[in-house]
Amino acid sequence: MTDVLVVAELMDGGLRRNTLAAVTLAKQIAEGTGGAFDILSIGEGSKAAADEAAKFGARKVLTAEIAGGYYAEAYSPTVAEVAKGGYGVVTATASTYGKDLLPRVAARLGAANISDIRGASVDGGNVSYVRPMYAGNVFGTVTANTDLAVVSVRQSEFDAATEAGGGSAIEEVSVTSDGAASKVEFVSLESQKSERPDLAEASTVVSGGRALKSGENFKTVLEPLVDAMGAAMGASRAAVDAGYVPGDLQVGQTGKVVAPALYVAVGISGAIQHLAGMKGSKTIVAINKDKEAPIAQVADYFLVADLFQAVPEMAEKVKAVKG
Amino acid sequence: MKILVPVKRVCDPDNANKVKVSDDGSSVTSDGLEWKPNPFDEYAVEAGLRLNENAPKNEKLGETVVVSFGASDVVQTMRQTLAMGADRGILVQADDAELDSMVVARALKSLVDAEQPDLVLMGKQAVDGDSNAAGQMLAEMLGWPMATFAMNIATDDGGKTLTVGREVDTGVLTLKVTLPAVVTVDLRIVAPDAVSNGVTPADHKYNDGARYASLKGIMQAKKKKIDQKKLGDLGIDTGLTTTYPKFELPPARTGSCEFVETVDELVDKLHNEAKVL
Repeated sequence: MTDVLVVAELMDGGLRRNTLAAVTLAKQIAEGTGGAFDILSIGEGSKAAADEAAKFGARKVLTAEIAGGYYAEAYSPTVAEVAKGGYGVVTATASTYGKDLLPRVAARLGAANISDIRGASVDGGNVSYVRPMYAGNVFGTVTANTDLAVVSVRQSEFDAATEAGGGSAIEEVSVTSDGAASKVEFVSLESQKSERPDLAEASTVVSGGRALKSGENFKTVLEPLVDAMGAAMGASRAAVDAGYVPGDLQVGQTGKVVAPALYVAVGISGAIQHLAGMKGSKTIVAINKDKEAPIAQVADYFLVADLFQAVPEMAEKVKAVKG
Repeated sequence: MKILVPVKRVCDPDNANKVKVSDDGSSVTSDGLEWKPNPFDEYAVEAGLRLNENAPKNEKLGETVVVSFGASDVVQTMRQTLAMGADRGILVQADDAELDSMVVARALKSLVDAEQPDLVLMGKQAVDGDSNAAGQMLAEMLGWPMATFAMNIATDDGGKTLTVGREVDTGVLTLKVTLPAVVTVDLRIVAPDAVSNGVTPADHKYNDGARYASLKGIMQAKKKKIDQKKLGDLGIDTGLTTTYPKFELPPARTGSCEFVETVDELVDKLHNEAKVL
């Protein structure tokens, strides 16, 4: 019997949807071992987020209100204290939030840290995990040697949990702090709001590379196709480094890992570090002048063409097909 | 300031798709691939050197010490970072099978206790294990503040604090941390204007990327000291917290790449064949 604690990610005073990937793992382990799972809603707006988190079948939802912007030092003592309450697994989604926070919690508890898993299996009371390594070129199966395992979940590999009906009981827990938090000051979070779907959750992603040649061309050439497809927009490292688009659009080993139903790589050659972030996509399309580009190793369809002609034409034809 | 930079040796990351798994699945083999410093750690060395120099005058402002774990031939990889300009090295002799993020963090803590650096600067992750954990674990063990995914660093308050821009998945999150601290770096930390130390003039433009070793640097690196210690002599708990019973190669993507010549053909296939439009 393994009880699981999900550490929720909060955003703008509510529950960030990516949390539901970790909830899916928690349900799997709890159901497989005859245990239960709880959700810890921690941060600013913990009570509002708890009301949302209560819809997914947790035994209970715990709240810990910590005002102000996030930094791990302010959260890890409380997460660790709650985790001591009989849990066998502590989990969160492996966003930059989960990746930042969970190893601190693991170190505090002397617990195994298992990062960025793509799957888990339960055999009797034992849980093993599979995680991508070597930029996704090897899958390692891993088990914890400690009673408690701290596990982050790759969002693109786990379906979002669905509402379970009914509501979990909500309980407040006390906030624990230590000296490290007083040595950090949250200065700012600069985010660009977009009307487009979230890159990590979109069913279609259209990404542009250096071949777009400018930030202006991302707007005038690529975006009409992105919007015609109802897609999220992504980018390669080269396009971000060149300053065409902000870093939060980057897909790859740095940046986001995505696995949409359709991934369209426009003017992206396909470095290993980029493939690491998108090769789990169901259908992959490359649009590139160079048919020798390494993106061909993972592409299902490869349009050999000048993107400045092909992309506007494709935007029109996609609109026609989608009606 | 005194900076400690842990550097892991990894097999050539640009050929990571050529690693293999042993027949019994018990290990990953990288035979035939070159050893390289983990790229994110190499960027940390670059960032450390930028923090610790007056670039136009080529003056050093503090000591930069590199730390590595592994077999004795890891010194060759360490020499590459000494040739870039790091001052000395510490090699903790250990077999890769004896190490996981927890053991590495514990070992680093014991070295930090002995060396008393102002800053531990390291890559956000090693590109073989891809765990992205040792820096955070070290910070927690030390009770230090940290900033992960750093894309820029500026010294403030006369060198007592660092302002760090973190590249997070919702944008750029800026923290101010009081030293001593742990900072883990992401790839844009080597952009020309990513590091500002208050001494190198603000208009000084670095090249994009980690610096290359000069011939002089390579010659000097041969004489720089690398202390060797044994993992078992550090007086730490060396118990592994994780076990990897099996490795496997990911299943190949089904089908093969189909080349098309026209947009009409592509849209038709996406609509009627793949049914994703």
